Amino acid sequence: MSHSYDRGFIEDFGRWREFSAGMWAWIFHKFTGWVLIGYLFTHIAVLSTATASDPAVYTDTLQGLEALVIVRFLEVGLLAVAVFHILNGVRLLFVDLGVGLEAQDRSFYASLVLTGAITVASVPTFVGGVLA
Amino acid sequence: MSTQTEPESETEIEESEAAATETESAVESPGDRRRREKGERAVEEEAKRKEAEETLDEEDTVQIKVFRYDPEVEGKQEPRFDDFHVPFFKGMTVLDALIYARDTYDSSLTFRHSCRQAVCGSDALFINGSQRLACQTQIADLDSETVRVEPLPHQDVVKDLVVDMEHFYDQMDSVEPYFDADELPDGDETQRQTPENREKVKMSTRCIWCGACMSSCNIAADDNQYLGPAAINMAYRFAMDEREGEIRKEDRIKIIEQEHGVWRCQTQFSCTEVCPKDIPLTEHIQELKREAVKSNLKFW
Ligand code: HEM
Ligand code: SF4
Ligand code: FES
Repeated sequence: MSHSYDRGFIEDFGRWREFSAGMWAWIFHKFTGWVLIGYLFTHIAVLSTATASDPAVYTDTLQGLEALVIVRFLEVGLLAVAVFHILNGVRLLFVDLGVGLEAQDRSFYASLVLTGAITVASVPTFVGGVLA
Repeated sequence: MSTQTEPESETEIEESEAAATETESAVESPGDRRRREKGERAVEEEAKRKEAEETLDEEDTVQIKVFRYDPEVEGKQEPRFDDFHVPFFKGMTVLDALIYARDTYDSSLTFRHSCRQAVCGSDALFINGSQRLACQTQIADLDSETVRVEPLPHQDVVKDLVVDMEHFYDQMDSVEPYFDADELPDGDETQRQTPENREKVKMSTRCIWCGACMSSCNIAADDNQYLGPAAINMAYRFAMDEREGEIRKEDRIKIIEQEHGVWRCQTQFSCTEVCPKDIPLTEHIQELKREAVKSNLKFW
């Protein structure tokens, strides 16, 4: 089957346009899962260095970070990633139980829409202090 | 015109629906619901197709872009696309267009086909970005100016649209796709199956070994040893057949729960989307995963 036989540009050209819902769900789930892992490690690294010494360092570090606009936006991104991962994760658990398989594409779209809504609603909370 | 033919096609759909739900069970199973919804969609698509057909008159031609490659002829070893302009007729399928192109323009154009009615499984191709049977795909349904025809992705191309199916057949064979009961009845007694059990395996028996599902699966593309949706579905067909008995079922579960078996499936649903026989492949794979867990967790 997939021996390393070169079929030229045919094999991989623009195939992503043809992906269906389930495939996108899989790609997004992988992506968000690994982003969360990445965040987890960064989080641990930052907090463990900040809490290693004097409590004032901790406060300074966090206030310093939260003062940066980019950090506020990254937080919105992190929330979006986490919400999608959780919602689609629940969808996948149902898929594993064989429940609602015929609605797998709609439940993926629902996860996307809900993620969007929650993300938009969270913007004032995360970005508020910096821009206002 | 369309007002006259519309109800006709609807009754047809209803009939096939009635056939699909022949079990008379009061509750609609997920499969039945899916088939009903599919039937409803078919009515809509039928109407759209009629419209598309009416705009195409007899003089019209369709353009097909066909993948060409021949390792044995110098100058054809570089993959390329050839364009063919084929006169359109009502109800024309992609296979009809290919046959016309071969018979009229280029007798070296190579593709497999046999039954021309979605039974033999020899003409699964990559048509406008999706794995479909050429004989089951009407050009008017494709909703596009040109029809792009390529060999199945993730399989070696032998020539033009012909791919090497050997590996697919090997995977099918590896799940022992034949009825093999623990105990045989005495004499010439028939091995009867309950209607409920028949209903359970019904969809899984429909496979025509076309390879569309395997080609659409990106796990199978990456892992050559993965059994693939068709083979796992074949295992399902026998593992769920109550007439085979518990011992055989255990053996079958052992085959599908091996390293490159059901656990490779990441529920992308690609196979279920493309199967020309509407087999709920992902559903069957998921059910076998649960069977595998159950057979390993026997506390009771
Ligand atoms: C309520 C919260 C969560 C739920 C319901 C959830 C659900 C899931 C499920 C069901 C899978 C398996 C996907 C599959 O079957 O292919 C998965 C994969 C994964 N999850 Fe989560 N998850 C949650 C939180 C997290 C968190 C907090 C992290 C990171 C710290 C995380 C990281 C990952 C990773 C890395 C994968 C593997 C992705 C891959 O396929 O490579 N998840 N999650
Ligand atoms: S399961 Fe469907 S797509 Fe796969 S080989 Fe059988 S008929 Fe073809
Ligand atoms: S020619 Fe037999 S399935 Fe298409």
